[in-house]
Amino acid sequence: MAAPPPPRRPQTRSKDLERYASLFAKRTRVMRSSAMRDMMAITARPEVISLAGGLPDTSTFPPEAFAAEMDRIAKTSVAEVLQYGPTEGIDLVREQIAKVMAAEDMRIDPMDVTVTTGGQQAIDLITKVLIDPGDALICDAPTYPGAIPTFCSYEADIIQIECDSDGMKIDILEQTLAELAAKGRKPKFIYSVPTFQNPGGATLSLERRHRLVALAREHEILVVEDNPYGLLRYEGDPLPTLYSLDGGNYVVYLGTFSKILSAGLRIGWIVSPTPIREKVVLGKAASDLCTSTLTQDFAGEYFKKDRWREYVDDLVAIYRNRRDAMVGAMSEYFPHGTTWTKPEGGLFVWATLPDVIDTEDLLAKALTKGVAFVPGTGAYVDGRGASSMRLNFSGVKEDEIIEGIRRIGKVAREHLALYETMTGTDEMRLPPRPEDPEEER
Amino acid sequence: MKVALLQGGRSLERGVSLRSGARVAEALSDIGHEVEVLDLGPDLVAKLEGIRPDVAFIALHGTEGEDGTVQALLDLLDIPHTGPGVAACQRCMDKSLAKHILRENGLPTPNWVTYSEAAIRDFGAASSFQRAVDTVGLPLVAKPASQGSSLGVKVVTRAEDIPGALMTALSYDNRAILETWVSGRELAVSVLGDQVLPIVEAIPTDNNAYDFEARYEIGGASFVCPAELSDEDADEVNRVALAAYNALGCSGFSRVDLILGDDGPQILEINAIPGLTETSLLPQAAEAAGVEFEAMVARIIDLAL
Repeated sequence: MAAPPPPRRPQTRSKDLERYASLFAKRTRVMRSSAMRDMMAITARPEVISLAGGLPDTSTFPPEAFAAEMDRIAKTSVAEVLQYGPTEGIDLVREQIAKVMAAEDMRIDPMDVTVTTGGQQAIDLITKVLIDPGDALICDAPTYPGAIPTFCSYEADIIQIECDSDGMKIDILEQTLAELAAKGRKPKFIYSVPTFQNPGGATLSLERRHRLVALAREHEILVVEDNPYGLLRYEGDPLPTLYSLDGGNYVVYLGTFSKILSAGLRIGWIVSPTPIREKVVLGKAASDLCTSTLTQDFAGEYFKKDRWREYVDDLVAIYRNRRDAMVGAMSEYFPHGTTWTKPEGGLFVWATLPDVIDTEDLLAKALTKGVAFVPGTGAYVDGRGASSMRLNFSGVKEDEIIEGIRRIGKVAREHLALYETMTGTDEMRLPPRPEDPEEER
Repeated sequence: MKVALLQGGRSLERGVSLRSGARVAEALSDIGHEVEVLDLGPDLVAKLEGIRPDVAFIALHGTEGEDGTVQALLDLLDIPHTGPGVAACQRCMDKSLAKHILRENGLPTPNWVTYSEAAIRDFGAASSFQRAVDTVGLPLVAKPASQGSSLGVKVVTRAEDIPGALMTALSYDNRAILETWVSGRELAVSVLGDQVLPIVEAIPTDNNAYDFEARYEIGGASFVCPAELSDEDADEVNRVALAAYNALGCSGFSRVDLILGDDGPQILEINAIPGLTETSLLPQAAEAAGVEFEAMVARIIDLAL
């Protein structure tokens, strides 16, 4: 017999909306669900090739390995995994995190680790415990688009430092710190993804790494190093992490299993000096008490076996091919005047089109051709990035990557040709700039 | 009754449509209909043939759903549908055509110029931009000829910004219009069957007169319904709106957007299938008239049969 339908909440009325609108905290005003975001609803359609995500390809994970872990859990630890766990994370996972970090030449004490619910919570917690409304923080330009709403929700004053192919320009950072100091201000921290940056794909050079760490010490400012992709290197030699250069005095390290095992397990972590860790643990307790014990148990036992390295190697081989497919297709199909990164690792290529192209406009056209990307403005707080786009190559197979890039290239070339037709004509005589008191924004 | 609820699709307004659809689906089943929710795809006709609904509720916005494509299919399949018919949808969806019809019927709408991508690409239309500025004046609004919501809309205050604004508008459609910017109060008049619903006024919060996207957010604009207007103003706005609705051949329901400036109301556009989400104006207007959402949905169905 069919169960009776669940009782429904009443329909929201317009007067309720007015009431809610008056209730919302001011900080939510920066959390926009804009028309652009709405437009991205199309990417859920199966026929759309989405180069907009940041998804690892979880279809590559061996089902038998998954089954073996779940079977073990069922046989040995049902009661534990169905129970709350310690806020800082279960010891087994903290030990395994130390081991995973050792693979990138970092030596840490597992007791300095706080396990978080994904890397996103790591960013959230660090911001939560360090930022008061109006406090300055510094980050890359472009920066990880997902960090911006977090920073905004704590009402941080976000200062972005330009990046080039060697990562954050440390000269500009130095100058910015001096300017802030002259005003009696000091940023609470510098947030950076120094290795295979999201979205730029750039890697901070060794020289700049040394300088960044030295500046942090000199100014006594924390550096928050977010390193989700370090192990996904497709070529070249690894560079030391900021954490290993600094030894963990001024560098707080954020890690995640999302890109080397599973994003669905939601396991990330923070390695920080004890005073910060204690605050982070309190902050985490207030947020969610603890990260899922079930997924921690799964991940802890999984990383105990050395097989995890093989899986990362498999991913590296798959993603390298996809990156090559993407970059190759871009050379073939993107219009002249476009530049892009060829990242040595990570998941993203960052392309910058001729500056007459607004990539939000281009996205509208691309979506009607069944392909999506992330417009560059999402990686900035000040409207920069309008001609840039982030393209993900890890979540889509090579043939689809090539087809997607072909379609984007086609709409971009058409778009550019139209603009040239519009502006290149000699007959066009436009009047001088009129007096315009109404231009406010 | 068996109702096929059509939502989603590939339009850029898919997201809004899904929100409209979810709300309507709930209301439909609350008032006792059997609801089949269909997301537009290659199997649409086959599914409709299989279901054979008594009526189709169209909760689609933007191209394909609002431009007569789906309506024509439903007519062919002999399935009654909500909202305006094929021809009215086409007239409303094409802002330029709609404005011509309004003018022919002596109804006020701001001056405008239409540019197609082909005219610019193939016929050197760019060298006529100065004439366009002379015709419509500055500031002007550049918008795609056929998109709803705020997508692709830009205010141009300097002639040299026209190419950029047209590039944006032409990203959403292959034709764009440049229209005189009329300052005044932003009003929306919804019509349900033969009933003109109370006027809604959108009052943008803060200084975002030119920021169309901001209005899209909860709290980005406040809405007053019924709008506080003098009797004469309200009568004139209602008269003009209803005349526009009739001139375009709308039926069932639609929404007329106007600006009330110093020279009286000016019609901006007619939305054949206005949004039905929590933030949408038609449901607000119905509510102000004492018609709750479920009753409104029931009435829309009745009007389709």
